[in-house]
This record gives sequence, C-alpha cells and structure tokens, in this order.
Amino acid sequence: MTHLLEVENLEVKFALRFGDLTAIDDISFYLDKKEKLGIVGESGAGKSVTGFAIINLLSKPGYIAGGRIRFEGREINRLSAEALRQIRGNRISMIFQDPMMTLNPVLTIGTQMVETVQAHRRIGKAEARELALEKLRKVYIPSPEKRLDQYPHEMSGGMRQRIVIAIALLTDPALIIADEPTTALDVTIQAGIMELLTELCETEAMGLILITHDLAVVSQVTERIAVMYAGRIIETGYTTDIVTHPRHPYTIGLINSLPGTRQAGSRLEQIPGMMPNLTAIPEGCAFHPRCFLAADQCRRHRPELTAVSGGRHWAACHRLDQTLGHNHLHR
Amino acid sequence: MRGWQRFKKSYFFYSFRRDPVALTSFTIFFFLVLVSLFAPAIAPHNPYDTSTIDVMDAELPPSWMDGGEERFWLGTDIQGRDLYSTMLYGLRTSVAIGIGAVLFQGILGIVVGLTAGYVGGRVDSLLMRVADIQFSIPYLIVAIITSAIFQLAFGLGRFEQLAMPLLIVIIGISEWPKYARTVRASVLGEKQKEYVEAARVIGLNPARIMYRHILPNTLTPVLVISTIQVAQAVMSEAALSFLGLGMPVTKPSLGSLIKAGFQYVFSGSWWISTFPGILLVTFTLVVILFGDWLRDVLNPKLYKG
Amino acid sequence: MPNSTTPLLSIRHLVKHFDISGSLLDQLTLEKGRLRRRRTTVKAVNDVSFEIRRGETLSVVGESGCGKSTLARTVIGLYPPNRGEVVYEDRRIDHLSARQMLPFRRKMQMIFQDPYASLNPRMTVARTLEEPVVFHNPGISAAAAAEKVADVMRQVGVDPKWADRYPHEFSGGQRQRISIARALMVDPEFIVADEPVSALDVSIQAQILNLLMDAQEQRGLTYLFITHDLSVVRHISTRVAVMYLGTLCELAPAASIFSHPRHPYTQALLSAIPRLGEQRSQHIRLKGEVPTPIHLPTGCVFHGRCRYADARCREEVPVATALGPDALVACHRVAEGKL
Repeated sequence: MTHLLEVENLEVKFALRFGDLTAIDDISFYLDKKEKLGIVGESGAGKSVTGFAIINLLSKPGYIAGGRIRFEGREINRLSAEALRQIRGNRISMIFQDPMMTLNPVLTIGTQMVETVQAHRRIGKAEARELALEKLRKVYIPSPEKRLDQYPHEMSGGMRQRIVIAIALLTDPALIIADEPTTALDVTIQAGIMELLTELCETEAMGLILITHDLAVVSQVTERIAVMYAGRIIETGYTTDIVTHPRHPYTIGLINSLPGTRQAGSRLEQIPGMMPNLTAIPEGCAFHPRCFLAADQCRRHRPELTAVSGGRHWAACHRLDQTLGHNHLHR
Repeated sequence: MRGWQRFKKSYFFYSFRRDPVALTSFTIFFFLVLVSLFAPAIAPHNPYDTSTIDVMDAELPPSWMDGGEERFWLGTDIQGRDLYSTMLYGLRTSVAIGIGAVLFQGILGIVVGLTAGYVGGRVDSLLMRVADIQFSIPYLIVAIITSAIFQLAFGLGRFEQLAMPLLIVIIGISEWPKYARTVRASVLGEKQKEYVEAARVIGLNPARIMYRHILPNTLTPVLVISTIQVAQAVMSEAALSFLGLGMPVTKPSLGSLIKAGFQYVFSGSWWISTFPGILLVTFTLVVILFGDWLRDVLNPKLYKG
Repeated sequence: MPNSTTPLLSIRHLVKHFDISGSLLDQLTLEKGRLRRRRTTVKAVNDVSFEIRRGETLSVVGESGCGKSTLARTVIGLYPPNRGEVVYEDRRIDHLSARQMLPFRRKMQMIFQDPYASLNPRMTVARTLEEPVVFHNPGISAAAAAEKVADVMRQVGVDPKWADRYPHEFSGGQRQRISIARALMVDPEFIVADEPVSALDVSIQAQILNLLMDAQEQRGLTYLFITHDLSVVRHISTRVAVMYLGTLCELAPAASIFSHPRHPYTQALLSAIPRLGEQRSQHIRLKGEVPTPIHLPTGCVFHGRCRYADARCREEVPVATALGPDALVACHRVAEGKL
C-alpha cells in the first residue's frame, strides 16, 4: 500500500560560509489520508525545516542534500520547479503561525481568495467567489459574504487564521502542513481552531502534519507523533503510546517538565542544559550531555530508531531497557 | 584586544573583506583622508605662504606637457601656486568642512531626535515641526543670506578667517533634520522595548535612560547616514564655494579651486579646474559607495542573527 | 514568619485608560455639518481591586487584550493610573514623584517576557547587573558591586566568568536568568513577573519556573505573576485572578479555582486548556469574539458571550463579591445563587 506522503532518509543542509550545516539528518516518516501526524520539538529541533523541505520551500542557504519525498506516488523532490508549483499550494497547502504570512494586508479577503483559485484553476470570477464562500462556511466564519469585502486588519487573530485555513482548502488539497497554527492565539481560540482542523481532515479526507512545540495540543489532535531533537527523529509511534509510555529520555524529560504533571508548588523536573546548536551537535547520541541515563556507548555511537513494542513505537536510544517507568503521568 | 578579535570574526568584517567595492572604496577613502591630514608634510609647496609664490609661474601646464616644469607636476593656477599642493590643501579644507558639518548636524540632530522621541507629546510635535520648517528652506538661500550678512557685518578680510566655521554651521544647520528624524524613528522603536522599561523600574532618570540605554542602540542608522552626509556636505561646500559664497581663493577648498579655474577652461588652462574636479568626484563617490555597502550590511532586515 | 493578614500591596479601584486619538487634528471630525472633537480611548483596566499578601504568588490570567500586562505596569509604576490607588504596605505610591518613589524602586522589581528585548544589547551582563546596585547605593565600591554581581549570577545559575559577555552571546533561557538576576540585584521583596516563561521552550520553561520558586523560598519574595498559560498558573500560584476585558471576573485560591471555577468565563477558559494525553474533552465554546476595549459592552463585559446572561447582566455592572472566606466573583448569576 502506498501512503499519501512518504519521506525517506531526508537530509537538509545549510550552505554557510564556514561549510555545510546539517539541519535535518536522515529522517523518515509517512502519512496516510485522513491521518494526523504531529511533529514535536523545541526550537532548533528542525521541525519547521522539515515542513518547508516537504514542499521544497527552503529559503536560500538551505537545500535538500539527500533522501526521497514521495507524495501521491510521485517523487516530488525530483520534479521541475513548474511541476512542483502545480503541487505546492494546490495538492499540498501550508498554514503558518502568523496568518499575515499568507494574507496580503492591502487586498480584501475576496480578492485574495479569487486570485488563489484562479492561479490553479481556469474558472470565472463569479464561480471562484462562490467557491470562496463555500470554503468560508466550512471554517465556520459568520456572515461570509461580508468578510469577502473586508481587509485582514479588520479581523481578530483567530478569524484570520480561519481565513487562512479556508484559503488552504480552496484547491481541495490532499495534505495540509500546519506550522504552529495556534501558537499566537489564545487558548479558547486555539481549542476552536484545533477542533476545526480535526474535523476538516475527516470531512475533506486530508492528511494533516501538525508542527508544534506543544505536546499537550499534539496529544489531543494527532494519531501519531514524531519527536525531533537536533535534526533527528528520536521517537515516533502512536500518540497514546508515546504520551503514556515515552521511552526516549528526552521525551520523558519533556513530558515530566510540563507543569501540571506534578504536585502544584513542587519543583518541576528539568532537563539540564539546552538543545545544542547545529554547529556543535555532540558526538554519538546528540542528547547524551543532557541525559540522565547517558553511558559510554551513548557518547560514542549514534543510536538508530529501534522498535520498542510490536512495530508501533520506535525510539532511538541505547538505554531503552532502562527507560520504562520514568513517566510521572502514569506511574 | 578582545574587541578586535571579536570584530575580526564578525559578519561585518567578513562581508567587508568579501566585497571588492567596499574594500576599494574604503581604501581610497582612507588614503584620501590620510593625505589630507598630512598635506603640510606631503605637499612640495605651501600655497598659503605668499612669499613662495611667483606670478611668473602662473598658468603653467602639467609637467608632461609642452611648457610644463618639473617643479609643478600638475601645473600651476592663475596665481602661480603649485596645483598639486593646492589640491592637497584644498582636499584638507573640504574634508574638514565635510566632517565638521556632519559632526555639527549629527550632534544637533541626535539631541533633538532623542528628546523628541523619548519625551513625546507636545515636545515631540514642536521639535519635529521645527525640523520640517528647517527642511523646507533650501540651504542655498540660507547660505546666500547668511554669508551676505556676515560679509557686510565683518568686512571681507575678517570674513575670510571666519569662512570655514561659518560654512560648517550653514551646512550643518540645513541638514540636521535628517539626523533628528532618523534618530527619532529608532528611539520610538527602542522606547517600546523591555530593557527601557527595566531601566525605568530601577528608577533611573530620563536623561540617563536616553543617553546610556537608548542612544547606543540608535547609532547604527546614524552611522549609515553619516557616510552619505559627509559626501553631501563636501558637495555642498564645493557648490557654495563655486558660487563664491564659500572658501576664499586665498584659502582654497576643492570647490573654490574649481571656481577659480573655471573661467580659464576655455582659454586653454583646463587643468586648473579639471584636476580638483576629478579629486572631488573621486572622494564623494568612494564615500557614497562605502555608505551604500554599510547600509546593506547593517540593515537588520537583510541580515539576521 | 510574615504576617499574612496585612497585605503587602493593595490595588483599589484601579482604572487605566489610554488615549489613542493622536494629535488635535486627528481628533476633529465633521458630524452633520459641525466640527466635533472626538477622543478614542482604550479602556485597558476598569475598576480592579485586590490585595497581594506577603509571600504569596498571585497570578493574573486572561487572554490577550484583557489588560493584565497594563495592570502589571500600573502596579509597578510604569504607567500612572487614571483613577484608583496602589498602596504598598500602608503608603500610597501611585502619585509619588520620581524622588519619593526611589525607596520603593528597591522593594519592587519586574521581570519581562521577551528575553531578547529585556536586556540592553549594547551593555555587558556585568554592566547591566551593576547598574541598579550602583544607582541605589552610590557609595558602593567597585569591588563590592562586582562581588554582588557574581553572587547573584551564581544564584540564578549563570557562570560569573561570563559577566563580560554581551546578551546576544546567551541563549533565551540564560538571558531570562540574567533578567531575573537584574531584578534580584536590589534585593526586592515584591516582583512583578510579566509572562516570564511564555517565550521559552518547554524544557527551559521548567528550569526558569524552578528558579523563580527557589528565589521565592530563599528570599521570601512575593510575586505578581502575569500569564496566559494556565498550566503554569496552576503549578506556581497561591491565588489566581482571572481578568476579562479589563475587569476582574474571579479571584480564588489556585486549587479551588481549578476544581470549582465559578464565573462562566473562568469555566470556559479552564475547559479550553489542552491537557496531555486526554483526548479532546468537550470544551465550552464561547460565542462571538472579544469586544474591543474601545467600546466596552454595557453591564457585565462578558454578557455578549455568556450563555447564562439575562437582562440584568446587560444593564448592571456586576461587583466582585466575596464568596466564602477567600474568593471573589463578579457575576450576577453567581451572586443570585443560580450558578
């Protein structure tokens, strides 16, 4: 069976003045229709770069140095720029943290939506407007006819993000990549947007890649998770497995450091140190300087993803036999 | 020493070394400034010393031409001064006026811009309206009127002595609003930042917050416009001198040299105007090119991190 | 043991409005042939009163635009209030001159949200940290000041040998430590923390929260903690104040507000917190959007979005009333005992 999206051994580098930096180091994952995958990590983990690499929108010094990206059976990292444009923004849409990255402040919502439709389809203006209205209704925008003639600044942040989602839906994409779509929004609005995205995946039969730093959000929305650290996927599997029984020490630390998993007022469990800079990724396991289980082999050999339970859950750690039961949540 | 090490590793120095235009223009600029600084030591003659000037030497062509003399390799002007020496002294005067005027307008503009931006409200409105009015008066009119008044008031002899500071003030006065606006705009941006609020929470007084905390963070754009302003000031000085409102012929700047030679261009003595002209263009060009590069490299929108 | 009955700081009927109408020319409008002067004011904080007790952490939560940051800045004296009082111990401090305010500057400090904007990029860490000490103790020797800097740096977990570096050489978490160190330099007793961990990564967030809790324990600090992150609030607060559109909705001990929220807005807010590992529980959906603080709704500011609102809520502004020994709720329906 072919998946909607398959990423195999993807490698992304940045060409800088002192040489090439590896930003994404040999990552693989897949996604099916109607499926929601969370890519989780802290800043500098490479999660956003992964999103941009899929649609080949890496900005200047960045380039794909290796690996394959198959989308709907086609290897899209080998396509010409023109062929890729047919896919990007058409079959694959992207939603960013800041809606104003997508919206043009000097054009009305209607103009922007009609333009987007007409860039990908040969249809008349009236028809395009009709389609825009339909999508605005899908994202539950009240009085959509009125909104079409408004400018982005006349709307609240939550409303703008809904408009951006409506624009993403215009071309009936098969895949939506959402990069921190609710980070700038308030919790009550965030809950609504997440609900909407979940619902749309089902009704529109789309795949969703949710890139975020927020484990709690991801755990509520997605079926599967890939946890990234210093440019690599260090743990992946079904969301419920990872949240209840994390096996990589980093994931364990991340979950345990969340306020709300421990007695109020007590000290939070903290991971010492910080994510390494791409210029100085440690030898062996990149996490070993911060790891409470680090042993000799961790300093020397880089661990590969290994299955921890029946082909559903993988973690890249040498000390997997030691990592059970460190999770406060379900101790 | 650590500062220098840091500088050598910086992005600024890296892009400077990599950019041939920046490297060349800065080298030429640096060379010209050095030459003008040490003009008395380098120049073979002293054009201010009337006792060494012989009218018999007037209008000699450059040494490689017919009738040229070894002593004057770029020829002589109508008073018989060595053109090469006079140009060195002229460049010195031009550069001094240029830098002096920029310092004057810079200090005035920074103080006004900083006060307007930080204090805000009515003070801001008042100061910026003054700047607008100043900006809307062409500097030529200011220059013509002021120098006319000064020439009348002090007499021609005294005016010649006062010409240089007067030019600095005239050019400085007419351009300070540029600094005031630039500084005010960056102050408005910096004022919002939390480090300023932190300084207020500590209890520091406004003057200290303005000069110790905000000012150092607004200097980058000031540096950028300063290069362009130096070129501008040198050009303004040349223009004023050319119109006879600037430096007198006895203490020539590049502008007054061009003016002095201009009437002889068609009678064959082209060199008197041409060589100072080339020097003037070279100087302003390298300053502007360097300023352009500086603006690109210091623009936070183009370079992040 | 500090006396817990006398408040360290009280806020009484605090009002802060911002005039954003611009210059006189911008204010003039033509209405029905007549020239009129119109002013636009943002009503950021409207009649808020509460007390902060010695040694506690009082958290103010709310969504963007609810006035919590304005409240913090008015309390610390960055903004003068339009009406109302800020009382420190027994002295009113909101109208003091800069000179009269100086002794209070030593007692009250502030920690900011953005670790990249809260440190002056042109000053080394040592200069940033020395400044408050030298300013408040003019006679202090250079050696004593440096000693103090090294001391506090160690306390916040930054190696003192990095004192000569500039802020850009540090990571976000380390900068936030330095920012905390600056606040601690004058040995304050009260600290306003405005979203101090919101800009940080999860693993760094835990480090900073622990540091803040340690500092509180060691120095007996009192915190006014401003944040939108409800899980952080739940973890560190003694009491929680919930704000909506510039007014106080509810104030109660942390444990009870999370287990038994009374105000309809608090209920909606708490139901929206994403919780790890819980599949989406039904959150309370609020209708409509937050109105602008320029045109406040009449009556209860929340009535337009509240599912329990009735005629009284639309007309009469609810007053925060005590419910039980330690809780305040500003809601007609709760006061009527119908919720």
